[in-house]
Amino acid sequence: MHKSILFGLATVALFSAPVQADTLEDVKKAGMLKCGVSTGLAGFSQKDEKGSWSGLDVDVCRGVAAAVLGDASKVTYKPLTAKERFTALQSGEIDILSRNTTWTHTRDTSLGLNFAGTIYYDGTGFMVSKKLGVKSALELDGAAACIQAGTSTELAIADYFRENNMKYKVVTFDTSDQTRTGLESGRCDFLVSDQSQLYALRIGLKDPAGAIVLPEVISKEPLGPVVRQGDDKWFNITKWVVNASIEGEFQGVTSENADELAKSGKPGQKRLLGTEGDLGEKLGLSKDWALNVIKQVGNYSESFERNVGQDSPLKIKRGLNAQWNNGGILYSPAMR
Amino acid sequence: MTEDQRAVSSKHAFYNNPKNRALIYQLLLLIGIGYFFYTIVSNTMANMEARGIKSGFGFLQATSGFDILMSLIPFDATYSYGRTFVVGLLNTILVSIIGIILATIIGFLIGVAHFSPNWLIKKLATAYVETFRNIPLLLQVFFWYFAVLAALPTAARDSVSIGEAVFLNVKGLFIPKLIGESGSSIVYLSIAVALIAILFLRRWAKKRQELTGAQFPVLWTGLGIFFGLPLLATLITGIPFGLEYPIMGRFSFDGGITVIPELMALALALSIYTGAFIAEAVRAGIQAVPHGQTEAARSLGMKESKIMSLIVVPQAMRVITPLLNSEYQSLVKNSTLATAIGYPDLFTVFVGTTLNQTGQAIEIVFMTMAVYFVINMIISFVMNRFNKSTQITAR
Repeated sequence: MHKSILFGLATVALFSAPVQADTLEDVKKAGMLKCGVSTGLAGFSQKDEKGSWSGLDVDVCRGVAAAVLGDASKVTYKPLTAKERFTALQSGEIDILSRNTTWTHTRDTSLGLNFAGTIYYDGTGFMVSKKLGVKSALELDGAAACIQAGTSTELAIADYFRENNMKYKVVTFDTSDQTRTGLESGRCDFLVSDQSQLYALRIGLKDPAGAIVLPEVISKEPLGPVVRQGDDKWFNITKWVVNASIEGEFQGVTSENADELAKSGKPGQKRLLGTEGDLGEKLGLSKDWALNVIKQVGNYSESFERNVGQDSPLKIKRGLNAQWNNGGILYSPAMR
Repeated sequence: MTEDQRAVSSKHAFYNNPKNRALIYQLLLLIGIGYFFYTIVSNTMANMEARGIKSGFGFLQATSGFDILMSLIPFDATYSYGRTFVVGLLNTILVSIIGIILATIIGFLIGVAHFSPNWLIKKLATAYVETFRNIPLLLQVFFWYFAVLAALPTAARDSVSIGEAVFLNVKGLFIPKLIGESGSSIVYLSIAVALIAILFLRRWAKKRQELTGAQFPVLWTGLGIFFGLPLLATLITGIPFGLEYPIMGRFSFDGGITVIPELMALALALSIYTGAFIAEAVRAGIQAVPHGQTEAARSLGMKESKIMSLIVVPQAMRVITPLLNSEYQSLVKNSTLATAIGYPDLFTVFVGTTLNQTGQAIEIVFMTMAVYFVINMIISFVMNRFNKSTQITAR
């Protein structure tokens, strides 16, 4: 099975003689970025009929490819289940994991991985069938939940039901599609996942209007890209590509005006776009790294609206994911 | 050693002695293999250290923090990761035992049906084997889970029910639970006594037959003891049992015993699939018994049923047993397909969730491999013992 191959790879990778990791060199040499994404989650990483990937998570891969290789399309996507994702990254099968992955203490400290920032502030929520007549998660005592295996959701829901002295049954599936099937067939009464995923999954239901997302948000789920620990150069690149797209929105740089602003913008915009200063060189990249990111992928706002916001079927509001001066908590460290 | 040989060997150097040379080569090989494993282990440790990946078995004591759908022992999120291992292991053993028993029954019935003089039964047996042997097992698991069991009624009140005591819906099979009250231990004891009594009866009957040739109806007497004694005990102690019926709650049935659909689907798929292979093994075994044996038995005037049970099957077992062994082992290994439908077996729980929450892939994968290895070694051991007992023994 697919998984055993992964474990095999992981074992072989760990057995082999110690090597010095330089992901940047490897990616440049290959001319391709290997990016781990989900097996299909609307708005975050999804494949269309032509086989091309899109989504908020996918835009991180495209952004890194644009910054490193100058071409956002130079990405090989590896669809991974939640269970497979960390092993794939540890074993070097992928260069970067961008798969709606929650930044937790345990993952950051014990898996040999580093989280390179947050691209979406999420929280665990519930989706139920309208027929059930449930208005609050507190009414779910004794119900059965469908969950994706190997996620932080499994832990969040266990905490929540324990806190509230309620009982529940948990049916865990490998993919989020299967959890949706479970809800539709009635195997479980409610589906638990990150809120963003719930909206994405609801669109895929046979009768999207027949399901509602409950108001409760029971945990913090900051989602972001992950890289291997011990390769600080690569870690910095990923971190600053994420920041460049956030800073781009803050500075008013968009995919349309980026070229123009690089020539005639304010000092801050010029510094970001590489016509002033040496931010790119310090990362080991070319001067126009961030220009490539914003020109080819767009700034955070463009990416958000296109994939999960008002220009997408998901219609998720910015909420927490707005800029800090706009009611959200999105904040890029200083670009200087 | 003769004088000649000694003369020859003393002429040659120590390393030219074939015996010594073999020893040296063996030793070198051993050192080589030892070094190979040493390198693997030390490299792995160094690599994991360098990559900041946590290692060791300390995680087994840490609190798991997640729940599991089905557990044969008490379990909730406050128990340790070590406990999740045991829960998963027991679930694997449960589905394997159910699968092995059902597959054996199906296999023997279909295998024997192949020799039925009835054309329809014979063809049905062939069709069964050809159908289920040729469809991938994963597909069959999906078929039972997503096509058959998911089509059951959704709402608890629409459940298929037998006498308002047994309910079947998409969430599983709900059956009443037997609750032992005071005095029930006497009944359990009587079951044990009955089993021991049957063992003694068998031994006594065998001895008597060897001495006098007179047969004793062991099967019927045995069944009588097995059911009669506990029944008697139950009546004497005043039926010390209560039934806990499943009661409809808001979402599902509470109380009683719940058989989750994941278990049903997996057990069905495993036993039907493996049953087809066992049927072929049984057919091969029976065909391996020379026809002359049957004819000889007939000429002695034995009944057809006796010929099958006393002449054909015991000889066929010699061929069937080794094949059964590997079918059983395959079944245990195939039970890891549980992960496809979320049945919480060892693979799903431990290699799935626990591995993902702790990230300790190496330890967990090795522990799990060791478990399947040991389970299959046990099956091999038992089946080899059984095989010995079916082989020809000279008196």
